[in-house]
Amino acid sequence: MKRTWMLAAAGVVVAGSAFAGPPEPSEVVFEDGAVSNSLSGVPGDPENGRQIMNKGAGNCIACHEVTALSDLPFHGEIGPMLDGAADRWTEAELRGIVANAKIMFPESMMPSFYKNDGYIRPGDAYSGKAPDGLLGPLLTAQEIEDVVAFLMTLKEE
Amino acid sequence: MNRMSAPGLSAATAIAVVTGLAAPAFGGPDDDELIINGDTTIITEAPAPDHMEYISTIYSGWRFRTDETQALEEDDFDNPAMLAVDAALEAFDTVEGDAGESCASCHGDVESFAGLTAHMPKVGEDGNLVVMEDLINECRTDRMQTEAWKWSGDDMQSMVALIGLQSRGMTMDVAIDGPAAPFWQQGKDMYYTRYGQLELSCANCHEDNWGNMIRADHLSQGQINGFPTYRLKQAKLISKHNRFRGCIRDTRAETFAEGSDEFRALELYVASRGNGLSVETPAVRQ
Ligand code: HEC
Ligand code: HEC
Repeated sequence: MKRTWMLAAAGVVVAGSAFAGPPEPSEVVFEDGAVSNSLSGVPGDPENGRQIMNKGAGNCIACHEVTALSDLPFHGEIGPMLDGAADRWTEAELRGIVANAKIMFPESMMPSFYKNDGYIRPGDAYSGKAPDGLLGPLLTAQEIEDVVAFLMTLKEE
Repeated sequence: MNRMSAPGLSAATAIAVVTGLAAPAFGGPDDDELIINGDTTIITEAPAPDHMEYISTIYSGWRFRTDETQALEEDDFDNPAMLAVDAALEAFDTVEGDAGESCASCHGDVESFAGLTAHMPKVGEDGNLVVMEDLINECRTDRMQTEAWKWSGDDMQSMVALIGLQSRGMTMDVAIDGPAAPFWQQGKDMYYTRYGQLELSCANCHEDNWGNMIRADHLSQGQINGFPTYRLKQAKLISKHNRFRGCIRDTRAETFAEGSDEFRALELYVASRGNGLSVETPAVRQ
């Protein structure tokens, strides 16, 4: 893991801007709910993003319908349909929404995927028990980037 | 969707509701009527009690289930919970413990409990909030001098269901004022607390989104008038507190214990959201 970050950092340095490693969730800078800087410094992988939409701590289609994922069963109806999301939002806005939707949409039911404190009775995943020590965010910096890369493929125009 | 949306929902959520409408396969409750054994009419839809601010009509969870699941509750011969209820009827008449008593030796026929469940939970003489499991265990330990039953054990939940069955078809009417008021308020606060790493409250799912699909689940209003409920997935009677625990666990939270004071208070509050529906236990759910 560590080596990947160093390589990634090196890559970005070549590209011209230093990347110091993923920020702590509390350090992420939001402007009007959007986050302009990549959280990982590594381009997102839309294929992995697609997987995260369907499972694990992502499971976005529990709440959202996405036509591009119609091969996967049971899309929820809690949030808006995500078709055309990349036409409605910029990459920075999508990153902000996935990292912490409650900044763009106050009180939103959408979970904050890049946040790791401020919870009421947080549990250790789905065990129903308190965690030993600090929780990690629901998705890692790179997983956020992967999901954002997938969302950027959702264009209708 | 025939419901009022809660004030404060953002425009984007309004879009979500419209999206829900556009999906014709799902949506709100169905229009079916529940008549058990051809003679007991169950109220599955009623005007919301006055204390509910964001919902105008309340529905039993039965109205959100598939026809196949619904059918299992329409006739006691098909209801898989009835085996457990029969076992409880036997236990009711069985002497157990050092006092040499059975439930029947004090209470006579179990039918004497008709009406009790419609008013539970309630505040007891000592000022504590008591639920049916408390009443049963108090009889077991104090009057029969035998062991308490485990909260969600089969023997306990079968007995809760047997006693509830005596009130089936009667209208839920729990008191929320007077000595019940502080417990009710505690339960209400819990209902609106966004627990866990997913930061979801009961209200997020069962008040703001009933009728909508969450992944493969069709969200109901989370009513407890059918509890203990036979869950096909678990093939047994499920207690109210076990259901609460499961729902809170699913928010990636540290849950409360079954039989905790917190869950007693939540039980009173959730029961009060069903005032006006019929007692329906033992219900059958997916
Ligand atoms: C528990 C429900 C829930 C989950 C899980 C969820 N969302 Fe959302 N999402 C919402 C809701 C509700 C909104 C509408 C915003 C609001 O609250 O007003 C929303 C809004 C959005 C939007 C803006 C919608 C638009 O098209 O205008 C995007 C993009 C989005 N979500 C992406 C995701 C992704 C990606 C994930 C998973 C990593 C995810 N959501 C998981 C509930 C959810
Ligand atoms: C993340 C969504 C979610 C949250 C949060 C949630 N539930 Fe549920 N609940 C469900 C689902 C899904 C079901 C199964 C479908 C149904 O009956 O609505 C369910 C079922 C229930 C049922 C069974 C209803 C019946 O008729 O069988 C009760 C009671 C209930 N929930 C109460 C609660 C309470 C109380 C809370 C808060 C402590 C809560 N739920 C929080 C999703 C949720």
